[in-house]
Amino acid sequence: MSPHEPTLPDEWELVVGLEVHVELATRTKLFCGCANEFSTDPNTNVCPVCLGLPGSLPVMNGKAVDYAMKLGRALGCEVHGSVMARKNYFYPDMAKDYQTTQYDKPTSMDGELVLSDGAVVGIERAHIEEDAGKTTHIGGGGRINDAMFSLVDYNRAGVPLVEVVSRPDIRTIDHAKAYVNELRDILLAIEVSDAKMEEGSMRVDANVSVRPVGSEELRTRCELKNINSVRSMGRAIEYEAQRHVDLYNSGEAPRQETRHWDEDGGRSTPGRSKEDADDYRYFQEPDLVPLEPSAADVAAIDASLPVLPAARRARLADLSGVGPDVLSTVVERGQDGLALDAIEAGADADKVLTRLQNDVAVDDWSNLTPPLLAALIRMETSGELTATQAKQVLSDMVESGGDPATIASGRGFEAMESNELEGLVDQLIADNPDEWIRFTSGDDGEQKKMQGFFTGQIMKATNGQADGRAIAQLLAAKGS
Amino acid sequence: MSERITRDEVIHVARLARLDLSDAEIDEFAHQMSDILDHAADIEALDVGDIEPTSHPLPMVNVFRADERRPSLDRDEVLGVAPAEQDGQFRVPPILGEER
Amino acid sequence: MSARSIAADVASGARSAASVLDEHLARVREREEEIHAFNLVTEEKARSQADAVDAAVAAGDPVGPLAGVPLALKDNMCTRGIPTTCSSKILEGWRPPYDATVVSRLADAGAVFVGKTNLDEFAMGSSTENSAFGPTRNPLDTGRVPGGSSGGSAAAVAANFAPLAIGSDTGGSIRQPAAFCGIVGMKPTYGAVSRYGLIAFGSSLDQFGPFATDVADAAALYDVIAGHDPLDSTSITDFTPNAVDHLSRGVQGLRVGVVRELSGGAGSVEGLSADVLARTNEAVEALAAAGAIVEEVSVPSATLGLSAYYIVAPAEASSNLARYDGVRYGLRVDAPTTGEMNTATRTAGFGAEVKRRIMLGTYALSAGYYDAFYGKALKVRTMMLRDFASVYENFDVLITPTAPTTAFPFGERSSDPMTMYVNDVCTIPSNLTGHPGISVPFGVGDDGLPVGVQVLAPALADGLTFQVAAVLEAAANAGGAT
Ligand SMILES: [Mg+2]
Ligand SMILES: [Zn+2]
Repeated sequence: MSPHEPTLPDEWELVVGLEVHVELATRTKLFCGCANEFSTDPNTNVCPVCLGLPGSLPVMNGKAVDYAMKLGRALGCEVHGSVMARKNYFYPDMAKDYQTTQYDKPTSMDGELVLSDGAVVGIERAHIEEDAGKTTHIGGGGRINDAMFSLVDYNRAGVPLVEVVSRPDIRTIDHAKAYVNELRDILLAIEVSDAKMEEGSMRVDANVSVRPVGSEELRTRCELKNINSVRSMGRAIEYEAQRHVDLYNSGEAPRQETRHWDEDGGRSTPGRSKEDADDYRYFQEPDLVPLEPSAADVAAIDASLPVLPAARRARLADLSGVGPDVLSTVVERGQDGLALDAIEAGADADKVLTRLQNDVAVDDWSNLTPPLLAALIRMETSGELTATQAKQVLSDMVESGGDPATIASGRGFEAMESNELEGLVDQLIADNPDEWIRFTSGDDGEQKKMQGFFTGQIMKATNGQADGRAIAQLLAAKGS
Repeated sequence: MSERITRDEVIHVARLARLDLSDAEIDEFAHQMSDILDHAADIEALDVGDIEPTSHPLPMVNVFRADERRPSLDRDEVLGVAPAEQDGQFRVPPILGEER
Repeated sequence: MSARSIAADVASGARSAASVLDEHLARVREREEEIHAFNLVTEEKARSQADAVDAAVAAGDPVGPLAGVPLALKDNMCTRGIPTTCSSKILEGWRPPYDATVVSRLADAGAVFVGKTNLDEFAMGSSTENSAFGPTRNPLDTGRVPGGSSGGSAAAVAANFAPLAIGSDTGGSIRQPAAFCGIVGMKPTYGAVSRYGLIAFGSSLDQFGPFATDVADAAALYDVIAGHDPLDSTSITDFTPNAVDHLSRGVQGLRVGVVRELSGGAGSVEGLSADVLARTNEAVEALAAAGAIVEEVSVPSATLGLSAYYIVAPAEASSNLARYDGVRYGLRVDAPTTGEMNTATRTAGFGAEVKRRIMLGTYALSAGYYDAFYGKALKVRTMMLRDFASVYENFDVLITPTAPTTAFPFGERSSDPMTMYVNDVCTIPSNLTGHPGISVPFGVGDDGLPVGVQVLAPALADGLTFQVAAVLEAAANAGGAT
């Protein structure tokens, strides 16, 4: 985990629960046939249903329910009969002035998420609901409370969401980040969402409280909204926890409220407390019928689930010594199958994984087959190709296919004979006596600088084809 | 006269429902709503402990539509009936309250 | 002239749809100012529909079962491009961008839409006095109400502005005005007719249904509007409407129960007037004479219907009517903030009865009261479903009066909500259970105004209600009703 774990005073413990809204990647919205797609042209993906026009009625998108159940099962939840409910409150971006969501009978309950370091976060529920439209505040710098007016676009209204509610099991900011990353990896693996925080297809609200270390109580929490990235979430939680500690230390206590994270200002500000906000008058949605998946339906969902990211990372971890970041990246990109087969074909596991992580950060790597990748890694480990050369050959392979030996010879990457390289080094030393003296008699810093100089010159002379390690060895030998 | 529903409750409910009531209306509603709920005392008094609620007269479940596109509306038609519009959107006065 | 003969004449070319329309519009011009059945007469639309029917007939193209039949639509049905108001100021001027499924079916059947009919605002009422655009008068006695909430539709048929009309029934809003206006009105099984495009009042109770001057016309209209609609999740699948097929089956051997609690028997609800009960008894006798096996039966929970209904319907309404907030369509009263604008708009746009029910429903759903009221009412629905299910093990249909009295004078009940609500006591149970019910005229009361008798049947037995109603109608026409 990252070395930066912020500075909550020793005697305080952080308690965090996360509510993550996930947009499902269906073709159409939850209750109507309008396109579920991002559009910059406002109010074009709208119809009587998602505009909540009088007389319109919702009809449930079966695909959205399948996706929600898939997510529930991937989170280890019980998936059972559920009903839709109306959550009643006024807001202009909500076309019916109620949200169709789930209340006392959600689709998924009681699961857990295992983080990459083995920590377990409980999942309380994962329920289906509809998204709201989008409000833009005009004038007064775009801030809600001093806007001159607002504009409402309902393109997003009715987009299917699953709200995943964790238990307040998270104790560190790193775990909060790991939770979000893990959830995103799962969503991508089961292909139910784009899971892009920056585009809003995955939105995180954080419930934050603190308590004295050793205490088991749950103190007053604040719900932080408007978190736009994993990094922003970390900052927001850190700020909010410290705010609570400061309040307690000064003999006060936080109020339970929703707070708005101000990323630019680096602080949270209170949402205007609405005294009626908690009286949502939930009742069963009479325009929809209950969802009653059979045992066979749930079994079919289970059978359709792929091996999940945690298990995939574990398989790679068994075979290699690379860190969790590399494992996550490779699994996230779906390159782990390729890696496993290449390792199976005899390539060095760590090399395979680091090459994939560093040099195959592209969307389309379909030209790269396991035998070809294994062949390349073997050429690199055997010294046939320098690191630089291997990287270039790999890039060609990804770009246009082909086997590494052919590409290497086509590029003129014959392994440079060592006496050829030695000749070049001797020549350079003769041409640059001052630099050579500084290399041989300078301090560590000076020596390093001059090694850089000589290496650079040789790379220039060889068009970058020399092996950096061999140059270093030659210089060291001649200077000693 | 003690009513089942107090003026304060009427005021609270009116706020939830976004209705502005005059003093006379508050009294009238307190009285009439109390009357109606007095009449509902017959069901309030029922012992219905283990009876399942019926939200819906028909025992239907699992009604789904295919994830297929249907035509959306023409924006000009949608905004043509809007009380106020601007730049292809519905225009409203400033919203005081939580940002979403 | 019946809708059936108009359709037959138009289809055969014996009469033109345009001339049929002219005849009806002439009557509208004559009496509409007095009656106020319509919020809007859609003459232009009607003419183009009639012309299209005539063109199809001339070209030898097939025409629908309602070819050229003038028809009135309740003004809570969405009609594309045609103002749809629910008799509320809050929707004044709104033109829906789509048609209700029932509207499309009727257009496809060749019906000619003469206008949008008046109703109690958002269908909340039993007299059509609660319209923002003024009351409708009963064509049989203009000093009296036509009933409601579909009073405009009932009046339009009773005044022969159109032989057919559509109404909606949440607690009796088709059957009670049919009874008051001396015509036939039917509420289908919940889910038999699509609610898509029906502006919601109580979503778990609302159904569209037919008005006609006789049972056979009502059955023909029912058969056009009923059937599955994929746009309504609560629409019954695999349901074939075949009301017309039932018309001539008679009642020989049919087991008919007279609901004691709704017909003046032991433990009956109060307020049922003697003349109405007398006509109901005569109707029962007429069925017995026609070969039915008649018996009194008890449905204990039927008396709880009124209380449960006046919790459930307002609760659903309070949510359904939240969307009238001044943001997207309809009325807006400007104010400095959106919240204040919402409040100002709703305060100015809704009438007193609508506000009362929104308040009641909001209260019934709010934290702390849910279990005592809404939760209980849902359990009462379960009790009623069980009671009716066990009764229907031994009976094919049930008989009650449609309404406690004949049409009452204007203003008589508008001051006290509870006395108005009692109007619905006989019709409400079938909305709570989702069962079908029909009102058929059977004689007149002491005041000379028509009495309606109600036939109830179990879910999906819609055809049976027409079957029994046809026998009652024949008996009434033969003088079996005094
Ligand atoms: Mg939610
Ligand atoms: Zn839509």
